[in-house]
Amino acid sequence: MAYTAEKPRLAETSEQLRARIPGWGVDLDPKDRPSVPRERFDPTMSGAHWDFPERQPEHEPRERSNEHKFLTPVFGTACPPRGVSGMMRRYAYNYSEARSAHWLILMVADRVDALESRLRSRVTSARSR
Amino acid sequence: MRAMVYRGPYKIRVEEKDLPPIEHPNDAIVRVTLAAICGSDLHLYHGMVPDTRVGTTFGHEFIGVVETVGSSVQNLKTGDRVMVPFNVFCGSCFFCARGLYSNCHNVNPNATAVGGIYGYSHTCGGYDGGQSEFVRVPFADVGPTIIPDWMDDEDAVLLTDALATGYFGAQLGDIVEGDVVVVFGAGPVGLFAAKSAWLMGAGRVIVIDHLEYRLDKAQTFAHAETYDFSAYDDIVVHMKKITDHLGADVAIDAVGAEAEGSFLQHLTGAKLKMQAGSPVALNWAIDSVRKGGTVSVMGAYGPMFSAVKFGDAVNKGLTLRMNQCPVKRQWPRLFEHIRNGYLKPSEIVTHRIPLEDIADGYRIFSGKLENCIKPLIVPNAA
Repeated sequence: MAYTAEKPRLAETSEQLRARIPGWGVDLDPKDRPSVPRERFDPTMSGAHWDFPERQPEHEPRERSNEHKFLTPVFGTACPPRGVSGMMRRYAYNYSEARSAHWLILMVADRVDALESRLRSRVTSARSR
Repeated sequence: MRAMVYRGPYKIRVEEKDLPPIEHPNDAIVRVTLAAICGSDLHLYHGMVPDTRVGTTFGHEFIGVVETVGSSVQNLKTGDRVMVPFNVFCGSCFFCARGLYSNCHNVNPNATAVGGIYGYSHTCGGYDGGQSEFVRVPFADVGPTIIPDWMDDEDAVLLTDALATGYFGAQLGDIVEGDVVVVFGAGPVGLFAAKSAWLMGAGRVIVIDHLEYRLDKAQTFAHAETYDFSAYDDIVVHMKKITDHLGADVAIDAVGAEAEGSFLQHLTGAKLKMQAGSPVALNWAIDSVRKGGTVSVMGAYGPMFSAVKFGDAVNKGLTLRMNQCPVKRQWPRLFEHIRNGYLKPSEIVTHRIPLEDIADGYRIFSGKLENCIKPLIVPNAA
C-alpha cells in the first residue's frame, strides 16, 4: 500500500494474463511501440518527395493566423468567409491564437453565421414560392 | 455529389454539393466508400469548436477509392482502395520530419497550435471531410495508404482514427509490466486504449464510465474491470480504495470536452461554452493517478482555457502527455496486431447508417441512444 515501500500485489501474474488475454505483452518492449521515442528524425519516413511543398494557388484572399510567417502552402478552401459573420471572422484573425478575443469573436461569428444562413434560406424559399 | 452539411449547432442535413476539384498537384480526389462519426465530431455538432462554418462537411474517418490524382502524385493511381489518416500533413516540415504528423506546420493557415484535420472546422485548416460521396485528399503521396487485401473495410475505417488514437494514448502512458491503468471513458477511443494497455503489459486495466452498455462492452471487448462513476459519491476516493490508496500508475483521459460528472463543469464547459470544454475526466485522471504517475490525454478539447487542476498535477509530480495521434506512424504495427488476431476493431461497430440518414446517426450517437458505440456511414447505400 501507499504507506509502505512495496507496490500492492496484483490479482494475476504476468503469466496468467498472457494466458488469458490475446496479445498480452507483445508491445512490452518500448522498441516495439511506434511512437517511442516521440520524435524520431527521418525526413524520408513520410514518402514526401519535396523539401518544401509546391504552393496551392490562392484564388481569393485566405485568412490566416498572424502567428504564421506566410500562408501555408496547402490549405482548405471550404466555406470562405461571407456576410457579417465573414467580416467578424476576418477581424478575429487580427488577434493571435494566444488571445481570448480571437476565439470569442470566432465563436460569436459562428452563431451569426447560423442566423444568416437561416435568413438566407427563408428568403430563398419565399422567392421560389 | 451528396454530402453531410453543417447548418448550425445540432442542425445537419444532406445536400447536393459540387465535386471537389484538384487544388494542388499532389491532391487526390477519393470516392468515399465508408466513413464514421467520431465522438469528437459531436463537439462540432454541438457548436463547441470555434470557426465551424455553416456549409462545412464533417468527417475525418473515411476510406475510399481513388477517383483522380494530381500531376505530381507518384504513389497512387485511379482505382486504388485507400485508407486516409485523419491528419492532413505534408511529410516534410520540421514536425513531419520528426514523425509528428499531427503537428504539421504546412497545412493549416488558420492556427499554428494544431495541424490539419479533415472536416474539423477552419481552426483545423478549413478542409471538407469524408461524410460525403467524394473528398479532396491533399498530399496523396504522404497520407493515404493502400488497404491490404486481407483487411476488411470496417477494420480499415477504424484505423483512420479511433484505434490508432486509443493505441497511441496507451503508448503515451509509458506503461511498464504490471502497471495499473485506469481509462476514463468507454467510448471507442477508451475501449481501444484499454485493449492496447494489455498489449503493453499492464497488470490491471480499469475503465470508468456511467453508461452501463459501454461498461459491459469494456468488460467483454477489452477484458477490463469497470466502474460506473454515477454509483459512487466520489469516484476518486473509490479509485484510491481499490488501489490500496496508492492510485493508478497511469490514467488515460478518453472523454474530452463534454465530460459529465460535475454539474458546474458541464454547465460552464459543454453547455455555456465559457471554457474550452468540461475537463471533469481530466481532473479525475489527475486526482486518481498516483504521485509520480502519468496522465495521457486523448480527449479533445477546444483551444481556449479550461479549469484544469494543474496545482494537483504539479504537487503530485505527474507527467502529463498528450497530442493528436500521428495516425500513419501507428499503422505498420497495428496492421500486424490485426493480422495476428490481437485486435479486431470492427467489434465495436454498432450502427451502419446510409449517408442520406446521417442526421439520425448524429442524433443517436449524441444522445447515446440504441446502445450506440460506433456508427459507420455508408455513402453509396442510399
